[in-house]
Parts: sequence; structure tokens; C-alpha cells
Amino acid sequence: MNIETISKWSLSSRVLHWLSAFFIFGLFILGVWMRTLDYYNPWYQQAPDLHKSFGILLISIMIVRLVLRFFTPPPPHLDTHKPWEINIAKVVHWALYLGVILILITGYLIATSENRPIEVFETFNIPVLIQAFDEQEDIAGFIHEWAAYTLMAFVGLHMAGALKHHFIDKDKTLKRML
Amino acid sequence: MKIKLRTALAAIALTLSSSLWAGEQYKIDTKGMHAAIEFKIKHLGISWLKGNFNDFSGEFNFDEKNPAASNVSVSINTASLDSNHGERDKHLRGDDFLDVKTFPKAIFKSTKVVSTGNGEAKIHGDLTLHGVTRNIVIDAKQIGAGNDPWGGFRRGFEGSTTISLHDFNINFNLGPASKEVILNLYVEGIRK
Ligand code: HEM
Ligand code: HEM
Repeated sequence: MNIETISKWSLSSRVLHWLSAFFIFGLFILGVWMRTLDYYNPWYQQAPDLHKSFGILLISIMIVRLVLRFFTPPPPHLDTHKPWEINIAKVVHWALYLGVILILITGYLIATSENRPIEVFETFNIPVLIQAFDEQEDIAGFIHEWAAYTLMAFVGLHMAGALKHHFIDKDKTLKRML
Repeated sequence: MKIKLRTALAAIALTLSSSLWAGEQYKIDTKGMHAAIEFKIKHLGISWLKGNFNDFSGEFNFDEKNPAASNVSVSINTASLDSNHGERDKHLRGDDFLDVKTFPKAIFKSTKVVSTGNGEAKIHGDLTLHGVTRNIVIDAKQIGAGNDPWGGFRRGFEGSTTISLHDFNINFNLGPASKEVILNLYVEGIRK
């Protein structure tokens, strides 16, 4: 085994990273779009149902991803990574994890605010676990919306970093996540 | 002399105020919640969508001999809207509808009460909702009055009115059958 393969992200990390990125982009676009639909749009009922169903799927993906993160530590930093890059990356990565977790929890709280379970793809139900606070849908909704926009800003930074490493520094940072 | 003047003034003030407040003052029993404000609107012209405002307060003045001298005022906390569906409530509180952040209160103040006999009356008044004030008429009817078992005296009414959403500058398109909202009030007042 050469240095190259050792310093790649594990296959499970790579799959889970891109799978969750795909879901997060999809849910963001779906979330913004569904709020613009007028009452007579055929998607008016379906879009939120899909948003919640895919959201629940993402929750399970993220649980697996976070658990695996503790068992398979990330590869060591490249020699060319400067300390400030390592620090910024660390802050942004944890902000991304935190943001996603916050959005997932508040999404669940909006959808269960009236004490009814979430129907996933019309096949099974996710039960209501807690009634957290009064006017739950408003408070959770506010956090959900703003956290989603903030997350996208951080994703932008994150992508800019990845592209900088790839095109300007011409190092393996992006390649070892692919 | 000084004392006499003061009692005279007090007597005048008393007669004046008692003629202004000829009737009986009642506070709507929102503590024990023997009161409800309900709204309903046609859903697609197929059925009704019903909901409530859970948090409000109000009082009324009732003059049995001269109903026209009665008056009523109610203040509703618009964020307390509840249609038993979280995402819909969030939408109805948002700026497509009531915009409760900008307009946290809806207020009704009667301007004129016209008795129509049989314990029924038309209550004219100003309703302020969504920042717009309009004159509306509530069809009201006394349900009953009497002593309660806990030493108080109570009087109950029901009232109903229909308002157009457009009049109050709420223009989200819910379809042709859903342009008007019926408001039903059930209030029980405790005499002060
Ligand atoms: C990272 C994943 C997610 C993203 C990026 C996301 C994004 C969004 C966005 C942008 C909105 C529109 C906000 C607005 O304008 O009010 C929204 C609304 C919503 N989302 Fe999510 N969401 C995610 C996950 C979830 C999950 C897991 C659930 C529930 C299981 C959920 C349930 C909802 C609900 C109920 C609404 C409110 C719709 C309404 O106001 O009627 N979301 N989401
Ligand atoms: C919703 C979108 C995304 C989210 C939430 C996200 C989240 C994350 C997180 C949390 C990490 C750190 C993994 C860990 O330490 O466990 C990471 C790593 C990484 N991501 Fe993303 N990511 C997203 C999209 C992207 C995109 C679009 C790219 C490429 C343009 C990208 C490239 C990378 C790379 C190269 C790494 C490895 C960084 C390193 O080696 O230090 N990510 N991502």
C-alpha cells in the first residue's frame, strides 16, 4: 500500500459525503421552491411531502455518517496544507455538521408540531417523540429557514476551498475525496 | 366648606360616571375560558376549514333596559391562531396572510348596538385586522344570564359576522370559493 491510497478518504466516507451533499442541495432547492407554489399548483401538497420524506432519509444517512466518522478517522493532512488552512477547514467542517444537524432537528420539529407523525413516502410513519415548546412550528421554522441559508453560505466557502486546492494549489485535497 | 365642596364634586362625578356607565360591566371569562373565537372558510368550495384564536380578551357593557347603550371590545392575539395543522398555522401567521409579527393584535370595538328584539342585536363596530380598520356588523344573540354556582353573575352571547379577506388586504389566492371568512364568537361575561 503506498502513501497515496492510505491518505485517501475511506470509501464509506466518500460515498456518504457525496450522498449527503446531493441530498442537502436537493432539499434546499426543493424547500425554497415549494414555498413559492400557489395553492392550486399540483405540487402544493406533494412537494412538502417529498421534502419531509427525503429529509428523513437524510437523517438516517447523517446518523450513519457521524457514527462512522468516530470509527474511521479522516486521513492525515497533506504536507502542503498550511496551519491556517487546516484551522479554517476545521471550523467550516464542524459548522457544516452542526448546521445540518440543526436543520434536520428543526425540520422534524416543524413537521411534528401538531403531534402527528411524519408519513415517509406514504409507506411508513416516523412517530412524534417530543413536543418541545409552544408555537413550535414558528420557532423551529424560523431556525430551519435561517440555518438553511447560512449552511449554504458555508457550503459556498467549503467549495471555494476545495476548488482552490484543486486549481490553484494543485494538490490532492479534492481528489482524495473523490 | 372645603369638605362640602369636595363631596359635592364627588357626587357630581359619581352621577356623571354612572350615567355614562348605565349598564353592567362584564369581563369576558378567558381565565376559565368560557369563550371561543372561531373562524371558518370554504375549502375549495367542497367543505369548511375551521380554526380558532386561542388567546384573546375583552369586555362588554350591557344595559338591559337600553340595549343601544351597550358596547363591547375584544382584543385578539393573532399569533394564537390554531387550525390544528402546524405547517398551515405557520403559513397563516406568515406574511401571506395575517403577518402576525407586524400585526400582533386584531381589535374589535363596537360603535353602535341596534337591538332587533328577542335578545338579538346588530353590533356595529370597527375591526382592525392586518393593519386595516373596517366597519363590520356582528349578528349577536343572548344565550342566557344568571348566577353561577361560585358567587358571580354571568351573561353569555354568541355572535357571527362575515368578512372579506380582500377588504383586509389579505390577497393570497385560495380560490373563488374562499374569499370570505366567517367569524363566530361565543362569549361568557362575568359581571364586575
Ligand atoms: C439539510 C436538509 C434540509 C434543508 C437544506 C432544508 C431546507 C428547507 C428550506 C430552504 C425550507 C423553506 C424555508 C422557508 O422558506 O420557510 C424548508 C422548509 C421546511 N422543511 Fe426543510 N430542509 C431540510 C431538511 C428537512 C427535514 C429533515 C424535514 C422534516 C423531516 C424538513 C421539513 C421542513 C418543513 C416542514 C418545512 C416548512 C414548510 C412550510 O413552511 O410549510 N426539512 N426546508
Ligand atoms: C452540502 C454540501 C456539502 C457538505 C454539507 C459538505 C460537508 C463536508 C464535511 C463536514 C467535511 C469534513 C469531513 C470530516 O472531517 O468528517 C467535508 C470534506 C470535504 N468536502 Fe465537503 N461538503 C459538501 C459539498 C462539497 C462539495 C460540493 C465539494 C467539492 C467541490 C466538497 C469537497 C470536500 C473535500 C475535498 C473534503 C475533504 C477536505 C479535507 O480533506 O480536509 N464538499 N465536506
